[in-house]
Amino acid sequence: MNFPPSAVQLQLMWTRLISVVEEQAQTLMRTAFSTIVRDAGDLSAALFDPAGQMLAEAVTGTPGHVNSMAAGVQHFLDRFPSATMAPGDHYITNDPWLTAGHLHDITVISPVFYRSRLVALAGCCCHQLDIGGLGQGPDGRSIFEEGLQIPLMKLASGGVLNEDLFAILRANVRTPLQVEGDVLSYLTANENAAVRLSAMLAEFGLEDLDSIGRHIITSSRRATRDAIVALPRGTWRAELSIDGADRPITLRAALSVDRDGLRLDYAGTDPVVPQGINVVLNYCRAYTMFALKCLISPDVPNNSGSLEPFVVTAPAGCILNAQRPAPVAARHVVGQMLPDLVFECMAQMLPGRVPAQGSSCLWSVQLRGPGFETVFFNSGGTGARPGQDGLSATAFPSGVRAMPVEVVEAGAPVIIWRKELRPDSGGAGRYRGGHGQIVEVGLADGGAFEVLAMYERVRMPARGRDGGADGGVGVVRLASGAMLRAKGRQDIPPGDRLVLELPGGGGLGFAAQREDGAIEEEIRNGLVVPKD
Amino acid sequence: MTGARIGADIGGTFTDVVLESGAERYAAKILTTYDAPERALLAGVRQLLGQAGIGPGDVELFIHGTTLATNALIERRGARTGFVTTAGFRDVLEMGTESRFDQYDIGMQKPPPLVPRHLRFTVPERLAADGSVKIPLDLASLAKVAEQLRVAEVASVAIGFMHSYQNPRHEEQAAEFLAACLTGVPISLSSQVSPEMREYERFSTTVANAYVQPVMADYLRRLDQALAAGGFCCPLYLMLSSGGITTVDIAIRFPVRLVESGPAGGAIFAAQIGRRMAADQILAFDMGGTTAKICFIDDGKPHTSHSFEVARTHRFRKGSGLPLRIPVVEMVEIGAGGGSIAAVDRVGRLAVGPRSAGSEPGPACYGRGGTEPTVTDADLVLGKIEPLGFAGGQFPLDRGQAEVALAGLGRQETAAAWALAVCEIVDEMMASAARVHGVEQGLAVERRTMVAFGGAAPLHAARLALKLGIARVVVPPAAGVGSAVGFLRAPIAYEISQSHYVRLEFDDLAKVNALLDRITAAARAVVGRGAPDAVLEERRLAFARYCGQGHELAIELPARDLCAGDQAMLRTIFETAYQTQYGRILPGLPIEILTWRVRVAAPGGGAIETPAAVNPRRIEATEFRPVHDTKSDRLLPHAVFDRASLRPGDRFTGPAVIVEAATSTLVTPEFEVSIDAFGSIVMERAA
Repeated sequence: MNFPPSAVQLQLMWTRLISVVEEQAQTLMRTAFSTIVRDAGDLSAALFDPAGQMLAEAVTGTPGHVNSMAAGVQHFLDRFPSATMAPGDHYITNDPWLTAGHLHDITVISPVFYRSRLVALAGCCCHQLDIGGLGQGPDGRSIFEEGLQIPLMKLASGGVLNEDLFAILRANVRTPLQVEGDVLSYLTANENAAVRLSAMLAEFGLEDLDSIGRHIITSSRRATRDAIVALPRGTWRAELSIDGADRPITLRAALSVDRDGLRLDYAGTDPVVPQGINVVLNYCRAYTMFALKCLISPDVPNNSGSLEPFVVTAPAGCILNAQRPAPVAARHVVGQMLPDLVFECMAQMLPGRVPAQGSSCLWSVQLRGPGFETVFFNSGGTGARPGQDGLSATAFPSGVRAMPVEVVEAGAPVIIWRKELRPDSGGAGRYRGGHGQIVEVGLADGGAFEVLAMYERVRMPARGRDGGADGGVGVVRLASGAMLRAKGRQDIPPGDRLVLELPGGGGLGFAAQREDGAIEEEIRNGLVVPKD
Repeated sequence: MTGARIGADIGGTFTDVVLESGAERYAAKILTTYDAPERALLAGVRQLLGQAGIGPGDVELFIHGTTLATNALIERRGARTGFVTTAGFRDVLEMGTESRFDQYDIGMQKPPPLVPRHLRFTVPERLAADGSVKIPLDLASLAKVAEQLRVAEVASVAIGFMHSYQNPRHEEQAAEFLAACLTGVPISLSSQVSPEMREYERFSTTVANAYVQPVMADYLRRLDQALAAGGFCCPLYLMLSSGGITTVDIAIRFPVRLVESGPAGGAIFAAQIGRRMAADQILAFDMGGTTAKICFIDDGKPHTSHSFEVARTHRFRKGSGLPLRIPVVEMVEIGAGGGSIAAVDRVGRLAVGPRSAGSEPGPACYGRGGTEPTVTDADLVLGKIEPLGFAGGQFPLDRGQAEVALAGLGRQETAAAWALAVCEIVDEMMASAARVHGVEQGLAVERRTMVAFGGAAPLHAARLALKLGIARVVVPPAAGVGSAVGFLRAPIAYEISQSHYVRLEFDDLAKVNALLDRITAAARAVVGRGAPDAVLEERRLAFARYCGQGHELAIELPARDLCAGDQAMLRTIFETAYQTQYGRILPGLPIEILTWRVRVAAPGGGAIETPAAVNPRRIEATEFRPVHDTKSDRLLPHAVFDRASLRPGDRFTGPAVIVEAATSTLVTPEFEVSIDAFGSIVMERAA
């Protein structure tokens, strides 16, 4: 018996599917070992139909993963056709070109069986603290130097773990306990999603997700297309220069809207570079679609239907469509700048409705010292928004949270001596850009350590818009004064500390039009220092 | 016969007072008096003493709960507060988690901190994660900060230093120093208010405590004195958000623990109704004048939690409020009450709440100067409320004013059509909140019994139950003042949590005994002051996880000293809990414990109700009145019953309205009503 569900039931089931993936993500966070997953939420969780179409995705995650996983599942199915899948099977890879763009992100896909039939695939993807090799940073000159590659393979068969893989994994990473624990937490999360999904099918008296899947995909596609149709037609071009590794990189984009839909093409963008900041196409698409969705269809839930109308292309060999074996470990420093470039195009299409540029690239402090490896996240300021100031020290476009300082210090022998707002770093304007922050860190015993630097906007500031001033550029230095490079592994000498001054966001509109009293309030709060 | 007992709940709109004496219960519902909240409370108490024919000296127990602390946080009406923290961390309160609670909304706004930057001060001092001193407290800098605090005329001070949960010494030193410079200014320490790891949550909780402290302390002292002056000789107890009660002096030190005390009383009330009906899965639905609260109760006990978010700015969205690490009854609260204001937004969509008309001016129909349409105005226009019988007939409602206000929403619809839309939206909001909360808790909503209470809940319960697929709704006696009744059933209880890191395999468990003894003694002292002769129940919990994980599971410890051989037992308890929660264990991985908690409780107050004989009979109404039915979208004649005249065993079929002094129950056509042995209205629908 499989009666077509009513409209109300479809609505309820859709809401429920989103709850299932939210719970999957929560389970992942609660059982994970690395602070990146458990405290920062750098993860994603989603459900797919047996053909690999994404039906629901947790809004908890970070955009770089999520949209990439939607593309990645297809590769699993090509390698392991659904007819060969059995209960208790789980599949794994960290192939950057097939999934989320660097080796640190491991994806696990698990088939969900209901009454002996394959009804769905549950997938999740998280950032690992370590994956061997040189570690996360731009220092590798090819993928082979960046760590352990796990090709598409079985993580478990019929419930029996692939112990060979676990042995290889443990032998190749600096933090075997956490990495193994995290991989097991993926299984727990996917199994949890399978249980919830089966309960939903039983409750609604359904045999499979076909009808609800069709409903989700078609109505999301329609809602997105309706939003695109409402946009002005034409082509808008923009370019964005960023610091790059040892020389600036220019990214170029053309946004076209016509009768057939929306297309964003990165032709003319600079080629790949020798350092590991190159971006695979999956990841480029993920952040591009995120930016488009923020301004065009923020309310439409994420799934294959809502992503499909956004066509994103980049020529092979440019830095946004790197080919094997290019190094990609720190791809976020370029990928997270893409929303700023997309917004430059959109600002011409929709004047007055688009934020100024922000600090955008997450400043992850990846540290290594005697017997430890740790990371904590920090964010600069976002660009000023139409009608309001930018957000200070807030991640955008990344969706992660900062780890508590006390948690970082309990887990590694470091002391974070300072972590507070950086006055005067937000670009002035009618609406001010968000302020960056200042971070100062050293070892508890004052010893030497290494930083794997991967920071952006140290030379090129976040530009203001419509008369707003640029945000302050970032600074990477020693507490004793000497400047450090913004990218690459460097030593912090004994007795010294690493100091990061994070960039601010750009301002929007002319500062002369700022609301009366606002500047006095900022001066009183010490966030703007009066110049005489 | 024992002496009389009084429960009093001050809400955003109404102050509810309940007096139980012997087998009799008396209740009063009076508009909250914001300028001096004790005025309405005392008026209610006097009224009930008169009705019961007893004097203040006959009262043996007085339990009070209030939303004053919550409202001070939501409306930002607390004291001018200064915050003193470790050098380098001035902006922890402002930076929070450095994240956005809505991924795709580029216009989202974060809640501003309770203490603005110019009132946040830093001093050099630093502890390491193990509590050892890296930099001693700099008293010269502290002296300068003290002067700045004095010049800034702060009325309250919070101190939060890094890692103070491991070692409170610096905070205590700073507090002593500041107390000497700032006479009469209360000081809250993070190592006392919330001694747990994670600086943002700990500082946020401590600052919230300091922010509401002067307001709450003034109020509680005034009330305590007024009661003493009025001839009461029993102690005054305060309801806590955890569902326990405590003494006035503890409430004054830790007022943040009073946030959500009214709803906690409601949860206890609903739990008691559930136990009485042998219903093991309850959805408690409490709708008052300002907000609606939904809480799940399984096996007679409300779910509890140790973290909570107050004053969510963004449509009650998770992450948009201020985090508090305090023991609370787990519930979801949304800005949907009788006084919630309806408005049409810029996009042309009708939205209800979270702004409330409160008691002053109140909904338009109160005729006290309110002009914006509220849920109560909509209920009145639809015929659900009898204009002359509202809140016991203290004041007549003005239907004309309600219609004018609703019609003001736009010319495209009539006042009646707007009223219908307002009610549907508010019911849908509550249904959605209940579903999401169920997911977050991993609990099913359907198949639960709904217990509806609070002034507005019985009017909306049937419709909400239909939306949630719930087949049975119970409106107990005294539903209109349910929270205040719940206070009288609450145990005198207190719990204390303390972070202290232990590796289960390696560390000597006996070292933990001193910590457990210390917090047990502190909790016992608090409870013992209120229940000197009672046999106290003690629960000890540890929060454990596999080494390296970020979230802990609660495991129950024996209520005795730990000894060297307990490791294996604790591992088994932990792995059993882990297996239940997550479906698999991780054999061989070491286990760590981060936080220890002790809860001490005296037995709660018993219920006064005894079951009456049930004589089944169908009854017919003699009076009807037209009420707009939502589902059919037309006026249907509804039978009108006076609740006081209904007897156990009476049955009838909806649609109907059951009128009582503190509320009215709307029965939609889908439901069959029966009155049970305790006088509860039980609405049932074929599943």
